[in-house]
Amino acid sequence: MTHPSSQRVNADLLRPLFQTSWRFYLLVTIFGGMVAFAFVSWISQAYFGFGVSGIRWPVYWGFYVTNFVFWIGISHAGTLISAILRLVDAGWRRPVTRCAEVITVFALMIGAMFPIIHLGRPWLAFWLFPYPSERLIWPNFRSPLVWDFFAINTYLTGSLLFLFLPMIPDFAVVRDKATGLRKRIYTALALGWRGTPKQWHRLETAMQIMAIGIIPVAVSVHTIVSFDFSMAPVPMWQSTIFGPYFVAGAIFSGIAGLLIAMAILRRFLHLRDYLRPVHFQNLGKLLLVMALLWGYFVFNERLVTYYGNEPSEMAVFWRTQRESFAPLYWTMVICNFVLPLVLMGIRYFRTITGCVIASLGVVVGMWLERFLIIVPSLGHKYLPYSYGIYRPQPVEIIIAIATFAAMTLLYVLFAKFVPIISIWELKASPPPSPSASARLADARPVAQGEGNL
Amino acid sequence: MKAVYGLYGDGQAAQQAVNRLRAVGVADRDITIHSSQPMEEFEFGHIDSKTWMWWIACGGGLLGMAAALGLSWVSEMSWPIDVGGLPIFAWWPNLIITFELTMLGAILATVITLVVAARLGRSSVLYDPAVSDGMILVGVEGAPESRLQEVETALGATPGEIKTL
Repeated sequence: MTHPSSQRVNADLLRPLFQTSWRFYLLVTIFGGMVAFAFVSWISQAYFGFGVSGIRWPVYWGFYVTNFVFWIGISHAGTLISAILRLVDAGWRRPVTRCAEVITVFALMIGAMFPIIHLGRPWLAFWLFPYPSERLIWPNFRSPLVWDFFAINTYLTGSLLFLFLPMIPDFAVVRDKATGLRKRIYTALALGWRGTPKQWHRLETAMQIMAIGIIPVAVSVHTIVSFDFSMAPVPMWQSTIFGPYFVAGAIFSGIAGLLIAMAILRRFLHLRDYLRPVHFQNLGKLLLVMALLWGYFVFNERLVTYYGNEPSEMAVFWRTQRESFAPLYWTMVICNFVLPLVLMGIRYFRTITGCVIASLGVVVGMWLERFLIIVPSLGHKYLPYSYGIYRPQPVEIIIAIATFAAMTLLYVLFAKFVPIISIWELKASPPPSPSASARLADARPVAQGEGNL
Repeated sequence: MKAVYGLYGDGQAAQQAVNRLRAVGVADRDITIHSSQPMEEFEFGHIDSKTWMWWIACGGGLLGMAAALGLSWVSEMSWPIDVGGLPIFAWWPNLIITFELTMLGAILATVITLVVAARLGRSSVLYDPAVSDGMILVGVEGAPESRLQEVETALGATPGEIKTL
């Protein structure tokens, strides 16, 4: 059955590609400027030395590793959620999947930069590579850092392909609508797509196989990131619960990131007819479930540590709960547990605005959680000689803020060149319910200049 | 040798056109169908649906697994480092790399199979941009002159726009 509004779907979703407003240039200038400023800061760190950062003995992991773990966590939004929704054939997923998959790819790219940024002398990064050399220093192939390399690269490759494959039919639509150079570019990207039954069948089979493959890979990635911590003899790190705790946190922050992105797209690209309140409500319910799960893991972690009463662990325990890190800790609890519980648990507040407020809280809370896992433990290890403090310096703060600008910039550029909602999946969805159809018919046509980038 | 096709507004009409082409003796492999979305609810949407993709993905996974085991074995045995008295080649830490490369192998095999099996990257004479607007193209590419009229009649029996290239 052909979707009744096939041409309108094309018009609405291709509008940002063919019309460019001043808003696009403004956003690119602002966020591009922020990224450029952070790049200069990083260059200055490389030039003046790592001393300009706050990272020094005994706290060797600070904002950079916090950002690494945070962004790898955010990356769980997309591919994992998209893959699960594809496998269970949830009809409401169709406008959401690409928005989510894009977050995965960009968040992984940003996260994967941090091991390099964290190097004081990045031009010697090749020293980490496992190749025979005259220095006779071989990497430990059983190190969790090697696992990171394989896991993140597998996930990034899989996610890129998982994002790209369903874009091929949409590139074909753009090819058919475009002219000149743009047509040539999209003709190349469309890979000769025609939409034969064989092509559709192979594409859908491939997406099914990849969905099955990518779910365990996504789970493994954040489990392995958690191993970076739990394999080390540091108080409150050596915990068997860290794997699932990190995965739950990653999905939690990922859903929050997705909700924020969807709300912004809906507002600025005028996608109200496609990203409907039901999508926010469903994802809001998922956010609520993940908030409860996060609370459950924190309770487990805290209770077992408290009952164990091991002196070095208890020192970190109290540092976070009622000493120097207590304000950050309780902010984290409010942002990650109380706020989503109230806003997503009470139906009255489960609106788009409520989802966005809860999600912003979760993003802040999850960043704090990563920070609180890393810094308090490293600053208070087993013996007093290894006690220390960490004070982030401007270069680290600038780079941390710039990651959010980089994410926004990449997202804006992506939405400018690729339909942010899968056109063919939307067309293949069942016709909307009568009430939704009436609302679509009554919808105010988008005026010239609106809904473009 | 010419290409004749019809553009139909819905799947039902396209299915009728396909059935009429079959009725005049055109084989399934000679019928070209293009649509802007999967047409699984119609019989013609299942033409050529048999695939070895799942098995090829499994094969890719096995290749990835073998590569991971080989890489771990060669690197760890060639440059042995004693870490806390653990065996040089231990199963537990290598299971992770083995898992990741197994999945990577399966994913890459799937994508390569898609590109080859769906004939991506190859051009085709028969195509109409109206497909992107929701029309369904049913046609015959390379129809002999002798059968052109017959094919055109079959396609035209169902309401739709008939074109010849």
